[in-house]
Amino acid sequence: MIRDRRPGVEAVAVKGWLAANKWLLARRFTQLSILGLFLLGPWFGIWIVKGNLNASLTLDVLPLTDPYVLLQSLLAGQMPELAAISGALIIVAFYLLVGGRVYCSWVCPVNMVTDAAHWLRERLGITGAARLSSTTRYWILAATLLLALFTGTLVWEIVNPVSMSHRGLIFGMGLAWLVVLAVFLMDFLVSRRAWCGHLCPVGAFYSLLALRSPLRVRADQREQCDDCMDCFLVCPEPRVIRPALKGADKGIGPVITSANCTNCGRCIDVCAKDVFRFGSRFGNWTDTDEQTTQHSPGVEVLR
Amino acid sequence: MTATAHKPRSTPASSARRRFLVDAARTGGGVALLSLGVGLYARQAASLPALAVRPPGALDEPQFLGACIRCGLCVRDCPYDTLSLATLGDEVTTGTPYFTARDVPCEMCEDIPCVKACPTGALDHELTDIDDARMGLAVLIDEENCLNFQGLRCDVCYRVCPLIDKAITLEMQHNARSGKHAMFIPAVHSDACTGCGKCEKACVLEKAAIKVLPTRLAKGELGHHYRWGWQEKQKAGGSLVTPDQQHRYNLPEGERYDYEGKGLIFEESSDKVPFGSDPLDTLKRGMEGRR
Repeated sequence: MIRDRRPGVEAVAVKGWLAANKWLLARRFTQLSILGLFLLGPWFGIWIVKGNLNASLTLDVLPLTDPYVLLQSLLAGQMPELAAISGALIIVAFYLLVGGRVYCSWVCPVNMVTDAAHWLRERLGITGAARLSSTTRYWILAATLLLALFTGTLVWEIVNPVSMSHRGLIFGMGLAWLVVLAVFLMDFLVSRRAWCGHLCPVGAFYSLLALRSPLRVRADQREQCDDCMDCFLVCPEPRVIRPALKGADKGIGPVITSANCTNCGRCIDVCAKDVFRFGSRFGNWTDTDEQTTQHSPGVEVLR
Repeated sequence: MTATAHKPRSTPASSARRRFLVDAARTGGGVALLSLGVGLYARQAASLPALAVRPPGALDEPQFLGACIRCGLCVRDCPYDTLSLATLGDEVTTGTPYFTARDVPCEMCEDIPCVKACPTGALDHELTDIDDARMGLAVLIDEENCLNFQGLRCDVCYRVCPLIDKAITLEMQHNARSGKHAMFIPAVHSDACTGCGKCEKACVLEKAAIKVLPTRLAKGELGHHYRWGWQEKQKAGGSLVTPDQQHRYNLPEGERYDYEGKGLIFEESSDKVPFGSDPLDTLKRGMEGRR
């Protein structure tokens, strides 16, 4: 096998460039649109959305609140007003439906930074890596919640690259670009997908909302798989694919059930055989035995 | 179960368990160190510099840092662009709203839009009358440079005060330098001052002589056992110790002394005045006294 073969070349040849990049394009469009909506106000005086990803007000009626930061505030002993609570409930309901880590791949501004770092890392063929456990993020998540509980302040918000970069773009960066640069360098040089795939407690929190979410990527055509490995190379959470793609023998259904799948759809893009598609988590049985052996959902969450 | 327990150490199961434990300890240790660092950093970052003023209705600083979720909605709804969010590198906790009175003071909107915008109550929604806001306390901190303390009539801080004659009053004092003028000393009253900072903004000096400080810095506090004697006396309706002896003055006829504050009074009935139209009368009277 040629190591430096870039994923997606075959898909582009078979499906055409647009079809082989459509979910990536849709994702970038969504990320930039959301950021653009936030920036319309401060840049052009068109106030459709006010605030930032921590809490916002759309068209002066729709409150949206990041449930993770609100949970920290609650643990810090503060009872928020109704606006923040209802905003958080709306967000929770939405991500329970579409999968929590959709936030990571479709909304979070850091995603573009880490994707860029990953792209550069692959282009330069950097392979050496610090060993990081992908469970680290749950430890950090727990630590941030405990810190809020014991100090009574939102400690994580002092260093959180996610809210800091988004707030920086809208309200003024200050030195926050240093934190963004640190995340970039970490993903570029220290370890593959270090931030989003191993460390970020925001993603870890949102993954908990995805344990039962109905919108999932399915490897329905997995018997077509020719082991080109492209999907594993582009997936930001490579372990989530294996059970669905290669688990037919073990009676595992074709739905990617892991809560850490970000529903980015990049595997759908780069697969020349069209193995993957977006679908629901229902009807997750193997083609061979037609049994309704539901693969227990979300068990990979801590893997 | 018993079978696995008796297996030798090198089985895949036990080595996997050991690897799991080592991994967990490694990750847990790393995260604990990280938390310690961030936690200590948070303690330092929590100290608010003296000249950064929180928006109206802000909870006490420790509670505020737990309740404010750094969304900036108060900043957006401030019609005068007074508020800004602290960025990384500022001395104020990152992402929290504040203003610097010398740059842009609070205009004390009657509908308090910043408080209404706050989704969490970090700006207390109980605050409905802006006059009840206590963002800080103005302090005339530099008497050596304040123009009014030199006997000039600057009065700007007094004139711009939204609560003129309540939050800032002018107190007359004798001007010892000229010997014949009054000084109009601006006095801030903490029972009315909201800490809006308009006085600090308007101070005509190169650097303001009057500054809004956090109330905890600006105010002293009486010893909890201490009582003001005259207040206690009033409450008791009389002297609490030996009854006061009224001081007696030996005054000329037709003059008396008012103890309630008016001072020396010449009786209306008497047409006697201390100084007659003829200066010699006064001299003569003096001579009479000698005799």
